[in-house]
Amino acid sequence: MGAQGLRTKKELSQYVPPQKGGNGPMKKNREEVQMNKTMMNKEIVNQAIKESFIKLDPRVMIKNPIMFVVEIGFVITLLLTFFGDQTQVGFNIAVTFILFVTLLFANFAEAIAEGRGKAQADSLKKTKKEVYANLVLENGKHKTVSSADLRKGNIVIVKQGEMIPGDGEVISGLASVDESAITGESAPVIKEAGGDFNSVTGGTRVVSDEIKVRITADPGESFLDRMISLVEGAKRQKTPNEIALSTVLTSLTLVFMIVVVTLPFFTKYLGFDIPVPVLIALLVCLIPTTIGGLLSAIGIAGMDRVTRFNVIAMSGKAVEAAGDINTIILDKTGTITFGNRMASEFVPVGFDTKKSVGEWAAISSLKDDTPEGKSVLELMKKEHLSFDQSLGEDGEFIEFKAETRMSGIDLKDGKKVRKGAVDAIKNWVLATGGEVPHDLEEKGNRIASEGGTPLAVAVDQHIYGLIYLKDTVKPGMKERFEQLRKMGIKTIMCTGDNPLTAKTIAREAGVDDFIAESKPEDKIAVIKREQAEGKLVAMTGDGTNDAPALAQADVGLAMNSGTTAAKEAANMVDLDSDPTKIIEVVSIGKQLLMTRGALTTFSIANDIAKYFAIIPAMFMLAIPEMEVLKVMKLGSPMSAILSALIFNAIIIPLLIPLAMRGVAYKPMSSNALLKRNLLIYGFGGVIVPFIGIKLIDLIVHLFV
Amino acid sequence: MIVSLLSIAITLLIALLLAKPVGIYLANSFNYSNKNKLFYPFENLIYSISGMKNKNQSWKVYASSVIVINAIMILLVYLIFRFQGSLPLNPSKIANMDPSLAFNTAVSFMTNTNLQHYSGESGLSYLSQMIGILFMMFVAPATALAVAIAFIRGLSGKSLGNFFVDMVRGIIRVLLPIAFVTGLIFVALGVPQTLDPTVTVTTVEGGKQNIAVGPVGSFLSIKELGNNGGGFFGVNSAHPFENPNGPSNFIQILLMLLLPMALPFTYGKMVGNPKQGRILFVSMTMMFIMFLGISLSAEYQGNQAINALGVQHDQGSMEGKEVRFGVAQSSLYSVVTTASETGAVNTMHDTLTPLGGLVTLSNMMLNTVYGGVGAGFVNVLMYAIIGVFLSGLMVGRTPEFLGKKIEGKEMKLIAATLLIHPFLILGASAVAFFTPLGHEAISNSGFHGISQVIYEYTSSAANNGSGFEGLGDATNFWNISTGIVMYLGRFFSIVTMLAVAGSLAVKRTVPETIGTFRTDNGLFAGVFIGAVFIVGALTFFPVLVLGPIAEYLTL
Repeated sequence: MGAQGLRTKKELSQYVPPQKGGNGPMKKNREEVQMNKTMMNKEIVNQAIKESFIKLDPRVMIKNPIMFVVEIGFVITLLLTFFGDQTQVGFNIAVTFILFVTLLFANFAEAIAEGRGKAQADSLKKTKKEVYANLVLENGKHKTVSSADLRKGNIVIVKQGEMIPGDGEVISGLASVDESAITGESAPVIKEAGGDFNSVTGGTRVVSDEIKVRITADPGESFLDRMISLVEGAKRQKTPNEIALSTVLTSLTLVFMIVVVTLPFFTKYLGFDIPVPVLIALLVCLIPTTIGGLLSAIGIAGMDRVTRFNVIAMSGKAVEAAGDINTIILDKTGTITFGNRMASEFVPVGFDTKKSVGEWAAISSLKDDTPEGKSVLELMKKEHLSFDQSLGEDGEFIEFKAETRMSGIDLKDGKKVRKGAVDAIKNWVLATGGEVPHDLEEKGNRIASEGGTPLAVAVDQHIYGLIYLKDTVKPGMKERFEQLRKMGIKTIMCTGDNPLTAKTIAREAGVDDFIAESKPEDKIAVIKREQAEGKLVAMTGDGTNDAPALAQADVGLAMNSGTTAAKEAANMVDLDSDPTKIIEVVSIGKQLLMTRGALTTFSIANDIAKYFAIIPAMFMLAIPEMEVLKVMKLGSPMSAILSALIFNAIIIPLLIPLAMRGVAYKPMSSNALLKRNLLIYGFGGVIVPFIGIKLIDLIVHLFV
Repeated sequence: MIVSLLSIAITLLIALLLAKPVGIYLANSFNYSNKNKLFYPFENLIYSISGMKNKNQSWKVYASSVIVINAIMILLVYLIFRFQGSLPLNPSKIANMDPSLAFNTAVSFMTNTNLQHYSGESGLSYLSQMIGILFMMFVAPATALAVAIAFIRGLSGKSLGNFFVDMVRGIIRVLLPIAFVTGLIFVALGVPQTLDPTVTVTTVEGGKQNIAVGPVGSFLSIKELGNNGGGFFGVNSAHPFENPNGPSNFIQILLMLLLPMALPFTYGKMVGNPKQGRILFVSMTMMFIMFLGISLSAEYQGNQAINALGVQHDQGSMEGKEVRFGVAQSSLYSVVTTASETGAVNTMHDTLTPLGGLVTLSNMMLNTVYGGVGAGFVNVLMYAIIGVFLSGLMVGRTPEFLGKKIEGKEMKLIAATLLIHPFLILGASAVAFFTPLGHEAISNSGFHGISQVIYEYTSSAANNGSGFEGLGDATNFWNISTGIVMYLGRFFSIVTMLAVAGSLAVKRTVPETIGTFRTDNGLFAGVFIGAVFIVGALTFFPVLVLGPIAEYLTL
């Protein structure tokens, strides 16, 4: 009876119903992060300010062509301030200063996004201490070496209280391991040789027993190393969409350079010149500096949001792909349902009543902290049944054992209460000379055929009835699948159950499709089928036999509790081992793309207002009739140009919080989303600068 | 005025009604499994004579076929122009063309521009008119049409097809039959069609007058249908033999709009979703009507400077317009010819009011208000893709167009294509203003001079071909510079956009879900128009301010 056989820590941790924001341990971790954040906030900001200046280095700047153009403009106006027309020196100084500030703002946006990751990396680095390892030599002797000297294939012994020196697989023994350094979850996890729970991570600590571990990573390539470099952003590569967007933005920059560079030829023909700083101001206003300054920050912040969810994405590309997912493949057990373990009904046998089954079941479960036991007590509450708690409290709890396949309680008055697998209880009762009610077998079989698990409840020689353990859909899952449907994402449930049971659960959970009696290779077949239709597929998994499917999927989320093979095949790892998190990851991916799109649209839409501010101002002196185009009625040509330029600069820091947080995202149809975002960021992008520039001009005009 | 506006409304209504059936006809014409009983034997004959096989080409082969065939034809026609004096069919004894003009003219006609730095009746022999000009007037639009069809095939995930087959089909099934029938109609309406030399007559006053005639009818129909626009006579469709009356004017407008308006429907049919095409058609029509409205109101208001002199102006601004067409039909013609990148004129654009001139310039700068046959529509799709790319992210997915992911490779090509238009127009104009060779040609100084130069290069880059006139452009500088601008304006984007099509064709099609960015509804029309105006129009805003807008404000 596998249902009651504790399958390690993994299932226990899933026992907390996931709410928005994830499950218990993760939440705690996030609080910690939050706390750390406020503590380090000042530090991050200071560091970011420093970085903003360091990043002014043209060699760094050239990687962002838009801001590089601004930097060149800055250098030119700076030179003109000293060596140019001295009548304009005040204006030149102002332009130079604003351009400088624009550059700093853009650098600051990137630096602050990076800073957050770095802070996280630092706390991880603390975990990565050099420790001593008990290396097992070929001749069987032990040798103490530094963890830095361990190589792939080495075998080490880790004893109670020691730190595991590197990533590896348990090859013999069983131990509970404290992985809180990585997952933030304080409860230890059981690791044992063979099976799906044999992978251990360097930097975690053995809290009981002793294991022999085969090291699977050379120094510098371990999971922790990779995590550090990922959150640090050291290996951050531009994602495909980011590259494409930069290309377009660079092209727009070049277009506006053509516009501005050719302008003097036309005005010269008309008999007037436009001062170079004015031309530079026009250029800087027109090129998409807003998105240019925030683009990398958006990407980094997106990755950071994933990390905050305790998911490590191996690349930004994976996060981006998550936004595009069409199909999600989910395991039933542990993801959609709690597993076969929730008491849903008390079924009396013989002449007994429901009440008496419940009473004895509850008494036997009072000290039982397995999910099954807890669920019995919950069912009592739900059914408004009461029992004599004092009976159980004084009794002696009998733990579940694989040999007996039952658990229970020995009461003070000598009564022995047991619950367990039907045949185990039957044998136990028969052994003490009891009788087996005639309908036990039949009722037990009925429950089994419906996909449930029957547990028999007996006191001494009398069998009262059965506890119907049923696979229960986790609360909130139905709503989530509904949301996914609204986003246009199809959900497929994989289960080993028979088609009938699978269908019931599928309907209850509201998934779009299911695969019953599925074998690991079925998952890969489904993924390939969906992909052949052009869809992008996401899946979660933890076992070694999930690895091929995780690799095949466009987004594979492996559980940290899973095997090394699974983690290596996947492009994301969930440190909390909560498979439902794939849904959050999809949302984060979408949010990342939306933020990028929204700020791009905003940035480009701003150009209209900037044109109307600068163009009349630029030509007014030579062509007074341009007065008509001054729709914004700005103070003077100079204040108009400076105001547009100031707006252009300060919009960057004003949008940093949005870039970091991402635009608000609620699952809805693409059309509704687009309508909303177009209104806010497109139409808003046209209107806001008109107001902003006008307001700035009211102040600036006081001085020029 | 009411009658005139009504005549415009009726003309446009007929054009709009024709668009869909013609669009479907085009789609069928390029469907390889469609073996039209009437035309297929002719095509087969051509295939068997030339040994052509209908083999699908990769985008590279397709594009190089376009380039090589066009280059060969440019060379051939160049040689004809250079030696037309000693070649047959030259009854009026017209001399050889000089090298730079021959280069300009050959490129001009091969690129569907028909920028004419010569005067047809005195600069070209009948052989040049018929072999050189007329031949290219069929081949150039057929080339562009083929490219557009190949591009749409790529978008819909099919292989691009075969350039030679597409070109043959375009000529045999589309251009020839329509041009033949309308040519006959033009002749019936009084357009000459003869190989006789220039007629010399004695006027009432006893003076001698040379009246140029020639095979005008056959020339006229393909000039309009193929959005070529090159006039048989120097003054183009303002000449009484090239546009004798109201009905001929009406048919010319219909012919100019016929293919550009039909292509969105062809596209809708070929990608299997008529709504996709319809939404682009509606967007373009909205822009067209807006431009037409501006032009009409500007022209009807007349020229303030002249009005101020007390000249009667309830007719509107009649300067440079033909009395037989009036303000309404002249404005309509100017908007249609620039929207469809035809370049034929029935009025002198130089004398349009500043805002009327602004409209013609804007049409060409955007090249998306229908746009020339084929080339314009490819440009429209480019803006649609840009719109999708910039705002498509806002639905939380990486951008898709017709189920194809738009990624770095496509955007690189599109970014380059986006650059070429402003680069050619503004860059070349800047050079022209920089060197005396350029700005000495300007006949009106000041803001109007800016318009003249900008118009010339915009017309070249957009392969429109109409001249603002008033520019002394028959010099080596102008011949060569506009020649280069026309060539790049045409072929650069053909190659890059075919590359985009080739790259999209092989991509997996992502199935449409409720989460997909839709490109067949009103919201997308907004995105598309926004992309055209913000990305396309803002580029030219400063120069438009210095040209027509300044002229308007200071008039």
